[in-house]
Amino acid sequence: MTPFVRHAGRVAALPRVNVDTDQIVPKQFLKRIERTGFAPVLFHDWRYGADGSPDPTFELNQPAAAGASILLAGANFGCGSSREHAVWALREYGFRAVIAESFADIFYANCCQNGLLAVRLVTGETRELFARHTRAAGRYDVVVDLEAQTVVDDAGFRAAFSIAPYHREMLLSGLDEIGRTLLEDAHIAAYERDRDEGRGKGEGW
Amino acid sequence: MTPRTLFAKIWDAHVVHPLPDGPELLYVDLHLVHEVTSPQAFEGLRLAGRRVRRPELTVATADHNVPTGDRALPIADALAARQVGALATNAREFGIELFDLASPHQGIVHVIGPELGLTQPGMVIVCGDSHTSTHGAFGALAFGIGTSEVEHVLATQCLVVMRPKTMEVRFEGAAASGVTAKDLILALIGRIGTAGATGHVIEYTGEAIRRLSMEGRMTVCNMSIEAGARAGMIAPDDTTFTYLAGRPRAPEGERLTRAVARWRRLKSDDGATYDTRVTVDAASVAPQVTWGTNPGMVADITARVPDPAGFASAGERQAVERALAYMDLRPGTPLEGLPIDRVFLGSCTNARIEDLRSAAGVVRGRRVAAGVRALVVPGSQQVKAQAEAEGLDRVFREAGFEWRNSGCSMCLGMNPDILASGERCAATSNRNFEGRQGRGGRTHLMSPAMAAAAGIAGHLVDIRTWA
Repeated sequence: MTPFVRHAGRVAALPRVNVDTDQIVPKQFLKRIERTGFAPVLFHDWRYGADGSPDPTFELNQPAAAGASILLAGANFGCGSSREHAVWALREYGFRAVIAESFADIFYANCCQNGLLAVRLVTGETRELFARHTRAAGRYDVVVDLEAQTVVDDAGFRAAFSIAPYHREMLLSGLDEIGRTLLEDAHIAAYERDRDEGRGKGEGW
Repeated sequence: MTPRTLFAKIWDAHVVHPLPDGPELLYVDLHLVHEVTSPQAFEGLRLAGRRVRRPELTVATADHNVPTGDRALPIADALAARQVGALATNAREFGIELFDLASPHQGIVHVIGPELGLTQPGMVIVCGDSHTSTHGAFGALAFGIGTSEVEHVLATQCLVVMRPKTMEVRFEGAAASGVTAKDLILALIGRIGTAGATGHVIEYTGEAIRRLSMEGRMTVCNMSIEAGARAGMIAPDDTTFTYLAGRPRAPEGERLTRAVARWRRLKSDDGATYDTRVTVDAASVAPQVTWGTNPGMVADITARVPDPAGFASAGERQAVERALAYMDLRPGTPLEGLPIDRVFLGSCTNARIEDLRSAAGVVRGRRVAAGVRALVVPGSQQVKAQAEAEGLDRVFREAGFEWRNSGCSMCLGMNPDILASGERCAATSNRNFEGRQGRGGRTHLMSPAMAAAAGIAGHLVDIRTWA
């Protein structure tokens, strides 16, 4: 996994709440058996009209959003389906971080697995970011710093965010979580011996 | 000893080892696998030269992208066929039991787990699918995971997880006639919102929950994710044990007796505390129907389409305006009487035998309204066989419904069953997101009886007053 330490980039704003993973990658594109090939279909049904041409009113199709690598969105981003394809698509499209007031649980976990930093800010802070993005006509850049746990711009905006220490370490180091867990093999094997003999700490349930 | 919740008892029993910085390594008793979220996980194992640690605790089926028409025909969609083929190859290579399209036990993964008796109280169950919460109806801790975590469980039989918070949702009193498990859970989501339980595991308690059958309990737990919850669960009781007895993979005889004695202790202790508590007066819940583009946008069938101006925050107003535009609905329009084009009876939420019986009871001797196309997709091939043994297929067919093979079908439309743009559908599934059932399709979620009645009437109806 690509580590995330600090990233400076263009902000794309998607001022909608409850963006579900069906919107991020619609179901008709989930038939691939690879982890790649999802960038072209990110936000497909919003991004393209029924005839397949780009919808100029969609936020990511604005000229100022070209090359954006930080997505600013409304609360409860990533709700619904567990599809990790949503995170693969965001990463492949070029996003390194998503900033929102809140994220759905499974989506958040999927972000941590793929080096996509999900930054939780409070309502006032996201509102301020949306306002600054609008004032800059979409040509708005910020720096997301995971070591410092801050989001800053060059015009005085500064917000601190919290993240579980485990997730922070995982992202900073680009941890191979499976490799990490396999180091616990002795513990797993001991648990399994008890479990399989019906004398686990769960009294067998 | 400190009183513990049902959740805590199961969690504590599955902690293999605490990890630095907060999370815990949790053991998984049952890993369910399907074709859409697993191929990249198996590929990851292959690339790293890893094996499946406990193939015998892993069970696979194909459900999401499979056509529900003639099973004798090959899958026409080449990409879907490749995905189903990859599942078969992976299951064979890694030694995992697979219920494929030819199996009499094939079906939606959350229908076949309980049906086979694989799902049991006290287990930790995971699957690369958000509706894994369904299995919590048995007093299991069951939750959806992403593909990277699927790979993690395949390789280690464990997951690294932060302990979630707990929420008690108590449904007090008994639900009125015509009000189903679907209405209870939709009413809850309408009240607390689609992020109302984010970060929490819900335990459902109270009289209305105790009175539900196992299938009703599965419907409630299934949609926990629609309230943002990590999982939903219900303490097992005699209803649970009776359901499990005689299932192919459930314990038998003396083993079952001993298991039931253990399972009876799987309930929250008196005095156990939850991080959050919600109480719902079940008796006052009316049949529910969604009007918007997420399951929280729901109202009593007797209500009218809401006015965006009535919502508190700008974000909500904007979301409601957007939803009404997508749904082509005007504020103030009565929900009852809204014309529909399609009916979908199916999904892991509402395609079990009791759901089909309930819907069949409504359509028996009647005809689907002119211009309405209606589909029944049993949740599994076993449900289908049972329904056919009871003659329900004839009831549906004679009423003009199409009778299909099992699969996820039009719940997510990643198979040939989709809505055309602009079509309005009365659906028993779980998500009314934009485009979920087909681009431009408009979904109204409701109970099986309400969806069936809408198909006959040609418009949404209140099942309590409709005859």
